[in-house]
Amino acid sequence: MTASDRWQLHSLLLFSTMLCSWPALISAGAGLAGLQQIADGVYVRPGRIAVVFEAGNIANLGLVIGSRCVAVIDTGGSVAEGRALEQAIGKLTDVPVCFVINTHVHPDHMLGNKAFQRDNVQFIGHEKLPRAMALRGDTYLQRAAEYPGGIADDSQIVLPERTVSGEVQLDLGQRILILRAHATAHTDNDLSILDLQTGTLFTGDLVFLEHLPVLDGSINGWLGELDRLMGEKFERVVPGHGPVPASWPQAGEPAVHYLTELRESTRDWIARGGELGKAQEGIEVERPEQWQLIEQYHKRNVAAAFAELEWED
Amino acid sequence: MSTRTRREGEFGSLCMALMLLASFANVAHATTAEEDMAWTGGLRSAFFADREIKSDDLITLEAPQRAENAAIVPISIKAGIPQTEDRYIRTIWLFVDKNPGPLVGKFHFTPASGRADLGLRLRVDTYSPVRAIAETNDGELHMSRRFVKASGGCSAPASSDSDAAREELGKMKFLVRKEGGEENASEVEQSGLAQLMIRHPNRSGLQMDQVTRQYAPAEFVKQVTVSFEGEQIFEAETSFAVSENPSFRFYFAPQRAGEITAEVVDTEGRQFSETYDVSPSTGEVAARQ
Repeated sequence: MTASDRWQLHSLLLFSTMLCSWPALISAGAGLAGLQQIADGVYVRPGRIAVVFEAGNIANLGLVIGSRCVAVIDTGGSVAEGRALEQAIGKLTDVPVCFVINTHVHPDHMLGNKAFQRDNVQFIGHEKLPRAMALRGDTYLQRAAEYPGGIADDSQIVLPERTVSGEVQLDLGQRILILRAHATAHTDNDLSILDLQTGTLFTGDLVFLEHLPVLDGSINGWLGELDRLMGEKFERVVPGHGPVPASWPQAGEPAVHYLTELRESTRDWIARGGELGKAQEGIEVERPEQWQLIEQYHKRNVAAAFAELEWED
Repeated sequence: MSTRTRREGEFGSLCMALMLLASFANVAHATTAEEDMAWTGGLRSAFFADREIKSDDLITLEAPQRAENAAIVPISIKAGIPQTEDRYIRTIWLFVDKNPGPLVGKFHFTPASGRADLGLRLRVDTYSPVRAIAETNDGELHMSRRFVKASGGCSAPASSDSDAAREELGKMKFLVRKEGGEENASEVEQSGLAQLMIRHPNRSGLQMDQVTRQYAPAEFVKQVTVSFEGEQIFEAETSFAVSENPSFRFYFAPQRAGEITAEVVDTEGRQFSETYDVSPSTGEVAARQ
């Protein structure tokens, strides 16, 4: 490579880096951060379908407003994103934020925690969330720092002070949330949040729409939790990714279908003595038109499913 | 809102295109010599001094160009010669040049092994050459190399369900593929392969605990020995670069029924052992209690 080649390459990279970071910065700082009311006192900041770290504003973030307290449900993938959410909440209501609930450990849901860190704000998560954050936090911060686009900022990992096993009630003032800690499913630290007053369920990443489900826990556990949830009635759900609000149980069906097909074909490959690498090439997504990010996540899911299911008797 | 979204979409495509262009330019200029800097700059001499290493087809390494899940990268090595008393592959070294500990493991074979074929799953920390080097019984060295694009495998999070691995620590599973027994054997897998699976978190020691600011101590399987009717057919000395729940595939086509024993030792000094009765005619394997 000549010096002039190098220079051209660098400027091309620099230019594309600048260009790519621009929209992310703008949208992270946008006024009300795109808050939408989906039920009385229930708001959502819809995310967009994109790959973690490559963009901001990915996860669906939410808030529920009681008479005494606001509960924030997930904080986004950077401190800037968390701050934009915090400012939007401030413009919406004078009720203070008392609770920040993380639905699970993934960085697009919790790297904005720091924006809410102050006295009188309690961070809440699944009983296994602190360990998952402890083991993965550093990797997430390093990965975030590698990407252009305003994702890398002064983020740090904020662990929950209060953890949930089973179910707990959270009183926001004339409004009760039910927090449920799930068995290992999408991750080993999935928490769902039900607003009793409106029947709105925040599923976290137990439910994906449009964004291909990402398996980082247990495929058997995930299908088990979805099966249980599908048997319950909710007025509406807020999936971790995809359009909001969504109706139930219809919104659970695409993920159940994808995971069921993935499990059956992976079991089949294992039973026929197939090897992981070939299964990754051979197992296809049955209804590809329903999903985005297949390229990015499907083979990864096959590996995770394979590594779990090969231990079945 | 919709206008902005559309504009962001356009920006997205444009920036993807530019990034792609930039990375193609980069790929075009990245030479094997640059990729091999870690190897030529010290690794090679540390392990093999100035011994001659041939690059030929005595062994063939297969690895994905792009590792979709950096904590579970499947690789396989196929031997170009059968194992005979006269000439056989004694040891295969496996390296991921740019991992924090480049040597994944040393795998030992005997004439009784039949073939020095090997399959396992690795953690690959970053874009790196992966190389297998076979040493024959007469001391010759032969290399096969692949370049794998992966990142974050070694410090990559333990799987979310590592509790499951810990609860069943040391549990083993041993499978034998019956020769020609599979209807779709050609598309699935060649025959004569055994698979030994070991439940173990195989923790790398490179995962930082945010609370204590300490690295979780390494804890991994360091030695695996497999014998058939008292004769060693496979031995592995391994590092944390082997994925959680280590899985080894090796050639195994016994001509007679017999017992196969797998012995495993980890860095904590724990020892696990299993014996199975194997019948070559049916491919059936039964664990011995």
